[in-house]
Amino acid sequence: MLPDLVNAAVLLGNYVIVPGLAYAAQLALGALGITLVFGILRFANLAHGDLMAFGTMATILATWLLQAWGVGLGPLPTALLALPFGIVAAIAAALAADRLVFRFYRRRRSAPIVLVMASLGVMFLLNGLVRFIIGPGDRQFTDGERFIVKAREFKRATGLAEGLSIKTTQCLTVVVAAVAVFLLFRFLQRTRTGKSMRAYSDNEDLALLSGINPERVVLIAWAIAAALAAIAGALYGLDKSFKPFTYFQLLLPMFAAAILGGIGQPVGAIVGAVIVAFSEVTVTYAWKKFLHYLLPGPWQPDGLAQLLSTDYKFAVSFMILVLVLLLRPSGIFRGRVL
Amino acid sequence: MTPALRNAVALAIVGAGLAGVGFGQSWSLALAVFNLCLISALMSLAVNIQWGYAGLFNIGIMGFAALGGLAGVLVSRPPVPAAWAAGGGGLFIALLILMAAGGLALALARYMPRSRMRAAALAAVVLAGLFGAGVFFDPAVDAIEAVEPAKTGYLGGLGLPIILSWFAGGLLAAGAAFVIGRIALGLRSDYFAIATLGISEIVIAVLKNEDWLTRGVKNVTGLGRPVPYEVDLQRDPWFVDLVAVLHSRSLEALSGEAHEAALREFAVQSSSLFVKLCYAGLFLAVLAVVFWLSERALHSPWGRMMRAIRDNETAAGAMGKDVTRRHRQVFILGSAVVGVAGAMLTTLDGQFTPAGYQPLRFTFLIWVMVVVGGSGNNLGAVLGGFLIWFVWIEAEPAGLWLMQALTAGLPEGSAFREHLLASAAHMRPLVMGLILLLVMRFRPRGLIPAGGR
Repeated sequence: MLPDLVNAAVLLGNYVIVPGLAYAAQLALGALGITLVFGILRFANLAHGDLMAFGTMATILATWLLQAWGVGLGPLPTALLALPFGIVAAIAAALAADRLVFRFYRRRRSAPIVLVMASLGVMFLLNGLVRFIIGPGDRQFTDGERFIVKAREFKRATGLAEGLSIKTTQCLTVVVAAVAVFLLFRFLQRTRTGKSMRAYSDNEDLALLSGINPERVVLIAWAIAAALAAIAGALYGLDKSFKPFTYFQLLLPMFAAAILGGIGQPVGAIVGAVIVAFSEVTVTYAWKKFLHYLLPGPWQPDGLAQLLSTDYKFAVSFMILVLVLLLRPSGIFRGRVL
Repeated sequence: MTPALRNAVALAIVGAGLAGVGFGQSWSLALAVFNLCLISALMSLAVNIQWGYAGLFNIGIMGFAALGGLAGVLVSRPPVPAAWAAGGGGLFIALLILMAAGGLALALARYMPRSRMRAAALAAVVLAGLFGAGVFFDPAVDAIEAVEPAKTGYLGGLGLPIILSWFAGGLLAAGAAFVIGRIALGLRSDYFAIATLGISEIVIAVLKNEDWLTRGVKNVTGLGRPVPYEVDLQRDPWFVDLVAVLHSRSLEALSGEAHEAALREFAVQSSSLFVKLCYAGLFLAVLAVVFWLSERALHSPWGRMMRAIRDNETAAGAMGKDVTRRHRQVFILGSAVVGVAGAMLTTLDGQFTPAGYQPLRFTFLIWVMVVVGGSGNNLGAVLGGFLIWFVWIEAEPAGLWLMQALTAGLPEGSAFREHLLASAAHMRPLVMGLILLLVMRFRPRGLIPAGGR
């Protein structure tokens, strides 16, 4: 009985918890960017997915260059070295978009929906640029050691029937995301600029009265959102693969996470991302083997015991989105934003 | 420029563009572009109804167009009796269970007091319903998909003329819009946008994966036609006579074998043109009817009320107008028109390919059309549809040409040049994004603004 329990736990860890955590970290970084832009600029930025793709593309190009020079990080992927380049490129793209497109509507105090439409145009442009430069196909750019824990070695070491494998990229994703989130929260809570951003998001007029420069706040919000987007995109691409269209599709789970947590709430974005990621993974996971370990013979299911096929993972984030909007439109965390 | 003059100029530009394609490339191509222009114009008109009349930002157009396409399959394909016999009963039972669970859940939500108990009971009913339906659904689906998977493997349709699917597509899309409207309308406008985006992705996922309904990515080809086939036309005496009369001058000079061969050649060419013209006539009729109806609606008391709601929801609400209800109404109407357009597109293609639905092409392109045409302006939406579809079609060859011109100085076979030439296809989103942003910025009321309303 006990080995069965352990096997079931390892199985769960291998197929649900580890991939779910990595995915949650990637979503959280994206959702943080969306929530930040929403908190400061007060519109839903549809271009965020393609901004992620843009940053990732720059990272990939820099990775190729570094690889051509023979520079690497040994067991870690070279992309980690190239990431700053991707971040700078994403920030440049976001600032250019703000300067050329969004600032105009902000100054005219246009309705939020006009800004959303403008972000649609920016999305088109970024999408075209990315496809133009790197093409619409699938790109793998992971190198270095692939696994930290290999399934076969794990089996040999523990003598269990189930193996646990942890990819380097999964571990890296969680670590990098944790560092980024820690820095972001420290910035928002402790620094003068961070506090001014929170003040601006809370009450624009009061913030203006106390001498906060709105252009500066907006600039920094864009820079942070773009940096997070580039990191999230590069980590997602390392973990899975880079394909521009996939990044556009990430928009839905990221928005679901941001809205679930309460839009404008950084903590909420992270909690939302964890919920969305794990719902997606658990609903699309085939529980057959897991149940076989735990249930006595006659109770064991014949089918895959999969609630939804993996092709419907969007439906999961969408259901979450709809349920939240219907039951608690303000999200889990209410009240003060940022 | 007065609005009338501007409209005339825009119309002339589109006409000149089509004529240019006709003379420069071929008339067959020009007609093909024209047909798609008509469908685009219809979609653009539909979105204009939602955005221009009511300010609804729907970015799930693709989903409704795909539902219209699905109607094309469900109406026109012959039923597959073997599949019905194999799995029809199971599907029916699964449906009954789902409906019973849904009814029970609704009743619980309505009559039980709000408590933890209710939430638990609701969750239990929903899960039990899903699980119970799955018990019957999965084997039924397997049985259906096992019936000659290379040819059918789905339930088929009703075997009716495909032109009926235009109505069915509208109804299907309207039904979907009703459900979505109940859920998502009344939310903040940007939440509504994201909800529609999600719905459209889910619709496409369902069409791609539910093989028992749509054959999924195996596609349904060889759909019926509302117009004659080219091969039949070429054998039809009246058509051949017509061709002989039309081309009498060039045929006169020939005789015997050469005359026959030339006549056959002309008949082949003309039959393809004739079929496209038939489609164009049908589409034009639909577009004209929808255009007339929406113009009438816009100038009726209903249209004035819609504009009042669009311009100031609070004030309209204070005047006793039910804003959410009107929004739902207009959302359903617009979506129905998108559904009709989607069914028309599937009819024109003669096949249903779920993998062909891309948000860039079916949602965002339509938005560019509406913005360029000027929101709230029906004629503008139609012209925007024509103009933007034309640009979309021609952006690729133009991009290729531009790239060739730009890279002419680079050495033949250089990697950079090859890359640029291969990337010319991605000029489209770039150009569309630019057009959208430039028009929004410098002509916020569109290229053809509504006159003083």
